[in-house]
Formats: sequence, C-alpha cells, structure tokens
Amino acid sequence: MSKISLKNLRHSYEPEPGPASEWALNEMSVDWSDGGAYALLGPSGCGKTTLLNIISGLLAPTEGEVWFGDENVTQLPPDHRNIAQVFQFPVVYDTMSVYDNLAFPLRNRKVPEPAIDKKVREIAEMLDLGDTLMSRAAGLTADGKQKISLGRGLVRSDVNVIMFDEPLTVIDPHLKWVLRSKLKELHQRIRTTMIYVTHDQTEALTIADQVVVMKDGLVVQIGTPVELFERPKHTFVGHFIGSPGMNVLPCHMEQGKPVYAGRQLDMATPITQAAEGARLEVGIRPEFITFAETGIAVRINKVSDAGRFNIVDTTSGEDSIKLLVPSADNLPADTAYLHFDPAHTQVYADDWMIS
Amino acid sequence: MDKKTTNQKAWLFVLPVIILVAFNAIIPLMTVVNYSVQETFGDNVFFWEGVKWFEAVLNSDRFHASLGRQLLFTSIILAIEVPLGVAIALTMPKKGVWVSVCLVFMAMPLLIPWNVVGAMWNIFALPDIGLLGRSINALGIDYNFTSQPIAAWFTTVLMDVWHWTSLVVLLAYAGLTSIPDAYYQAAKIDGAGPWAVFRYIQLPKMKRVLTIAILLRFMDSFMIYTEPFVLTGGGPGNATTFLSIDLVKIALGQFDLGPAAAMSLVYFLIVLLVSWLFYTLMMKDEAQ
Amino acid sequence: MRQITKFVPALYIVLLMMPIYWLINMSFKTTNEILGTFSLWPNEITFDNYIKIFTDPVWYTGYFNSLSYVTLNMVISVSVALPAAYAFSRYRFLGDKHLFFWLLTNRMAPPAVFALPFFQLYSAVSLFDTPIAVALAHCLFNIPLAVWILEGFMSGIPKELDETAYVDGYSFPRFFVRIFIPTIAAGIGVAMFFCFMFSWVELLLAKTLTSVAAKPIAATMTRTASSSGYELGLLAAAGTLTIIPGAFVIYFVRNYIAKGFALGRV
Repeated sequence: MSKISLKNLRHSYEPEPGPASEWALNEMSVDWSDGGAYALLGPSGCGKTTLLNIISGLLAPTEGEVWFGDENVTQLPPDHRNIAQVFQFPVVYDTMSVYDNLAFPLRNRKVPEPAIDKKVREIAEMLDLGDTLMSRAAGLTADGKQKISLGRGLVRSDVNVIMFDEPLTVIDPHLKWVLRSKLKELHQRIRTTMIYVTHDQTEALTIADQVVVMKDGLVVQIGTPVELFERPKHTFVGHFIGSPGMNVLPCHMEQGKPVYAGRQLDMATPITQAAEGARLEVGIRPEFITFAETGIAVRINKVSDAGRFNIVDTTSGEDSIKLLVPSADNLPADTAYLHFDPAHTQVYADDWMIS
Repeated sequence: MDKKTTNQKAWLFVLPVIILVAFNAIIPLMTVVNYSVQETFGDNVFFWEGVKWFEAVLNSDRFHASLGRQLLFTSIILAIEVPLGVAIALTMPKKGVWVSVCLVFMAMPLLIPWNVVGAMWNIFALPDIGLLGRSINALGIDYNFTSQPIAAWFTTVLMDVWHWTSLVVLLAYAGLTSIPDAYYQAAKIDGAGPWAVFRYIQLPKMKRVLTIAILLRFMDSFMIYTEPFVLTGGGPGNATTFLSIDLVKIALGQFDLGPAAAMSLVYFLIVLLVSWLFYTLMMKDEAQ
Repeated sequence: MRQITKFVPALYIVLLMMPIYWLINMSFKTTNEILGTFSLWPNEITFDNYIKIFTDPVWYTGYFNSLSYVTLNMVISVSVALPAAYAFSRYRFLGDKHLFFWLLTNRMAPPAVFALPFFQLYSAVSLFDTPIAVALAHCLFNIPLAVWILEGFMSGIPKELDETAYVDGYSFPRFFVRIFIPTIAAGIGVAMFFCFMFSWVELLLAKTLTSVAAKPIAATMTRTASSSGYELGLLAAAGTLTIIPGAFVIYFVRNYIAKGFALGRV
C-alpha cells in the first residue's frame, strides 16, 4: 500500500487536442494519502471516470504522471498496478461459482491453492457470501454480484487502492444503505485506500473522509464534507452540495466589504485580496440566512415543507434567495427583511472564492 | 417474459401464418406419407403396402451409405466452420469504418444463389482452367475433383467452408460486440490472460449465438443439395452423393415414389430428432 | 501477436474474394481465351457475354422473374409474420409453445423432401409456373424464420410501450401501425434481409415449380450450361450478375447485420 500522486495530469480523447474544450481532464495534481477514503464527486461527464481509468491504468494520460509511492506507474498496465475496481454494472464470471470468482485473481497470479482457499473463505465471510460460495454467480442478485466484484479486489493482499465506479447504480434503494455501511465498515477493518466515484452527494458525503469535487475536467475543491459545506471554494460546489444549494448573488466591493442590493454585508474576515475587473458574487447557504427586523428587503413567494424545516423562496429585485427556517417558526407576511450570517458569507470572483 | 397475459384471441393473429405454412407443410407432408405406404405402377393406381418401404429404406445399403456420407460431411464442416468462424470474429475490429467493410465483404458469399456457388467453384477448381485447380497442380499435387473422390470431398468441404463460415463469423461477432467493456477491464485488473478472457468471458457470452450458428449449420448442411450437385453431380461415382442428392435421384430420376417418400420421412425425422436433442441439451445447460 | 491477428480478417476477405474474382475474370473473357490459355486477368476484355444477357429475353426475363418472386415472398412473409410474432411475444394462448416449435420444424424440412409434392400441389391449384407459386413455396421456411427473428426483437421491447399507447387512447391497429412498427423497424429490416437471402439463394424448389414463364435466372444458367455446351463466359457473366442484388442489399443493411443477429433469440 502506498500514497498515490497524480502529477500535472492532463488527458484528451482527441489525437491532437487543441482548445480547452477538447480536454476531458484539465491539468491537475492531486495526492491521495494511504488508507484514505475518497469520493470523486461531480455531474455526469465531468471526467470522473476518465480520472479513475487513468489511475487504474485502463487509460494512458496524454500528459503527466501517475505515481504509486516511489514508483512511476504511468506506463504500467492495470494488472501490474495492484489495484482493484468495482464497476457500475456488476461484472461477474457467469459460468463460475462464487468461490471460483473470488479465487480467479489469485489463480491468475499463481498463488498456491491452500492459500487461495483460506483467503477466499475469509473474504466471503467478511462480505456475508459464505452461504452462497458454491452456487453459480450468474444466479445472484445485483447486490450479491457487486459484493463479488468487491471481493475479487479484497482477496488480493497487495492491493494499493480499490476503486468504485458508481457501484450502487443498479442496486435497489433499500439495499444501497446496507451496502454503503458495509463498505464503510470494511474500510475501517482493512484500511486500504478507496476511491469512490459518484454523482450522488449523499453517497459521497457518507462514505468518504475526503471529497474531491470535479467539474468540466477540473478539480474544483478537495475537502472534508464539512469544509465543502461551510466553505465552498467555488460557486459550483455551493450549488452542487447541499439542498437547496447556495444562494449566489451579484455584488460589488466597497472598503473590503461586499455590497448587495445597496446594503453592505458584514463578513467574519474582511476581504484583502484585490479582484479588479472580475465578476463578483456573494454566496451564502440557505441554512445561514434568518429573518430580521432590518436588512435585505425581499418578497416571499413560496414556502415548501421539508420536514423539520421550511424552505422559503423569496425574491429581492431580480434575484431569488432561498432560506431554511425551522418549521415551528412563524413566518412574516408578504415582505420581510433578511440577515446573512457574517461567519458564512463568502465572496467569489469569477466563481472562485476570495478572502 | 413471464408478464405475458393469457389471450385466446391471439390465435387470430397467428391464423394467417398457420394457413400459409400449413398449406405448404401439411398437404405435401400428407402426400409424402400417402406415397410412403403405397405402391404405384403409374396411371394413379395405388396399392396399400404398409411399412414395406420403410423397412426397405432402413435396411438399404444405399441409404446407409448416403447417411454415412451425410454425417461425415456435416461433422467435418461443423468442426471446421465453428472454430474458424469464432477465431475470425475474435480478430475483427470492434469499431470504425473497417467493421462495415468487413461485414459487407464477409456476408457476400451468403447471398449468392446456391447453384451459382456450385458453378463458381466448378470454374474455380477445375484443374485446367481454374485458379485453385491450377495452383494445386502447380505445387506438384495431382488434383482433379471430377475423377478423384478425395479431391471431390476436399473441394466440396472447402466450398462449404467458403460459403458458410461467414455466418458463424457474423453470429459470433454479434455476440462479442454485446459484451460490455467493463468485463474486459475487470479481467485485465484480475490479471487474466488472453485464454482466460476467452474461456470465461467471450465464450460464455457467445454461447447463445453459437447455439443458433451450430443449429443452423447442422440443419442446412444436412439438407445440402444444390451446391454439391452443381459442383460434382454427386460424383465421382457416389463419392459426394449426400442424402438430398440421393433422394432426388430416386424420386425424380427413377420415379420410385414409395421408397423416395419413405426415405423423405426418415430423413426429415432424423433432422428433427437431432435438432431437438441439441436444442434441449443446450437449453438444459442454460437453465442450470 | 496483436499485429498478426489484425491481418486475419483482411486475409480471410482476400480468400473469400478469390472465387468471386475468378468468376468475374471469366465473365470478361472470350470462350477461346478461357479454353485456350490460362491468365489471371482477361487479355482482351469482351463485353459480349453481358450484352447477350441484356439483349436476349430468355436471360433478362429470368432475372426479372427471380426478383419478382423474391420480393413477393419478402412482403408476404414479413406481413403475416408481424401479427404472429406479436402474439407470441405478448400473449399466452392455448398451444402457443407447440405452435412455435411446429413452425420452427418447417425450417428443418429438407426442400428435397418437398420438391415432388410441391410440384403436384401447385399444379393442382393451377399456380404452376408463376412467380406466386415460388413465393408461396418459399414461405415454408421464410415465415418461421421471420416469426422467429421478429419475436426476438419484439420481446426486447417493454410491454409498457403498448400499455402507454392504450392509455393515450390509441386503438390497437393504429398503435400497431403508427407506434409499434416504427419501433421495431430494425427488426423488420433484418427479417426482410433474411427472407431475401434465403429466397434468392434457393433453387431446388424454384426450379421445380417453374418451367418457362417464371423461370428464375439461376435455373436459366444451369439449363444453358447443359444444353449449349461449354459457354463458360456467358455462365460466368450471369453468375456475376446474380451476386449484384445480394451485394446491394448487404450494403443497405450493413449496420444492422451485427445487431440483428444478436437479437434473434433461440
């Protein structure tokens, strides 16, 4: 097991890529520490799977290098990288039994049969596959098949990283939760680096210690779930994570403070970074807005019940602002004033957070 | 598949098919059955003969010889065409313009009228004017399919391989293209070699289409008539007289309607029985 | 290894084309050249063989006859197979499985078995020597095949499509023609391709059921070969011409061939 480093990685599916739009992955350098649980989160087509395939060696990057520990593995094929991968649709060898499926990677590596038997039984027990070991893999349900795919990775003791490419896509909703916690539990036990690709924020935030958010072939932020929520570094992260997403409102700066709708907004730390000529916006999550006696004047359009909270939809001029208020609270009439929590108000220049 | 609803009116949908096929299948079949149990001396006068013709056919050396040749021929061409077809399908490109080019050219032999296939191979294999015949003789091998039984067999088998291997290629290729990329990627990660990939991924996924291929090739090669008839006329001697050729010789050549009809029925039953056995075995294996 | 296997399909195609090339080669040679010398290409190209075929009614009507019964058979087979395949793929009814198997057994009937009874049957209903006779006779093996292929395609289409259409107020015939048939267009194309293929290549029945008026091109060829001695050039030219419609049809369905084969269920 070792640390995985991506150095100045770029990839394009075109033979001679030119403009940025032809690059599936834009330049990135990311370190994945040993034993971490990472989620790779982003909308469809953002380059998640491309990145995954580059790490696993199914794709060779156009530019840059992939390092596993002290070894440059950029040119190594997948079977020499000691990785495991679970795919979106279950891949099992239909004609083999569950046992033979799990033993397959070891047999290909000429491991002696007694050692295989011991390992297969151990992993089958861990995955609750013990009872079905001798039945044909083709007869299993989708979640059973995904467990086998995972098991084929776990039987190998040399695995550097296990990668998951949206593995719960075809799993029934009530089983998704079971498999997710199983995965979390396994990670605690075996401590192998995991990279989990998904477009589902709940999945990413529950499984991973660190979430890597991607957009248009670019890593926009790496952080813990809390960091992503409280300090989104890019307006996209603000939109994509949280429900409803972050409010982003046009503003300009006066004396280091953002001004919106003619009112100066307080911030925890004043802005010192200059952002001449950039498009400026202020971002605040619905969770951090409250009704107040004075502040930004808005008209209330709609209130939707979201259980313990009400989502209140308001407009200020042209802009729509959403806020969350506890269901118990009384709501003001048509017009109201909003207060933004200074600790959670951020300013974005051309979509990137400035401080 | 199990969501079908019971609806007896569906018979109305099937009726046109039943009428057309029954007209073509049942009336002629009845005619054959009728002939098979009677004797005629012309003038539409028939005498009841019972199972005499069937006994005669089943005990005739001539029938045994044709059946033997037929079984040998079918076994040889299946043994060559199926592995060869699979091997070629494995080497085909997966995407790009070459796929269309390959498919179009490979399918061409399938759409040539069968007697043209025979005539074409006749011209191609003749020892004096044919490219194949000339080439083989130029290698110092004495080859003349019109006089040597071995050469006639060689040419007939080669012609059938030329004619039908593409069918196996197309079917196997269709099976191969339906395998998702993830299977190959998983196999790569699991460290599987080319043989393991073939044995555990490609072959199982091709099984269904290969069943169709073997079934079709069995049926069609068992009924083969036109191509060898045009190529060799069943000769030299009786060397390439397969069941259909023999049957037509008896029925139309000698006009022995009774024996021909009895032989027809035995022949048809053999095809049915083997196809059914094969089909059931494959399905049983599938169900496990 | 990879490098070598890449050339296998190309090599296979070259081998496939050799007999066809030889046929075309012969068709441009004079009889003297065919019998007198051995050459890989015609020394003096002659179009006489083709001119003969296009000017002699015995030849070109044969061509026309073949195409007419093949087309007729294709239309009959597919249009009656469509509702039947629908019934097999959507409904359960008394004897459905046996019926399906019985249909398939007809694909296994050796044409040689039926040649004589067919001759008598079609003479009795005075259809002998018409394209209709051949078209109907070929239904014996083409209808089961078309039902089989179409049933495979239809089973791949969820039943919800039908139900949604009924909810939207479509009557059955309108749904079938306006929605269902366009949805399985690829399947119909593949079924028609196979009907064309087996009707076009079959000769035993076609020859038995015709004598003069409806004689197919391929039968004209065999007769010429035997009656007028060794007119190999003419024979080769006629053979070459019979390859063209097939090649034409394959070109149109090239994108469906691979998929179509995969969808036909056992």
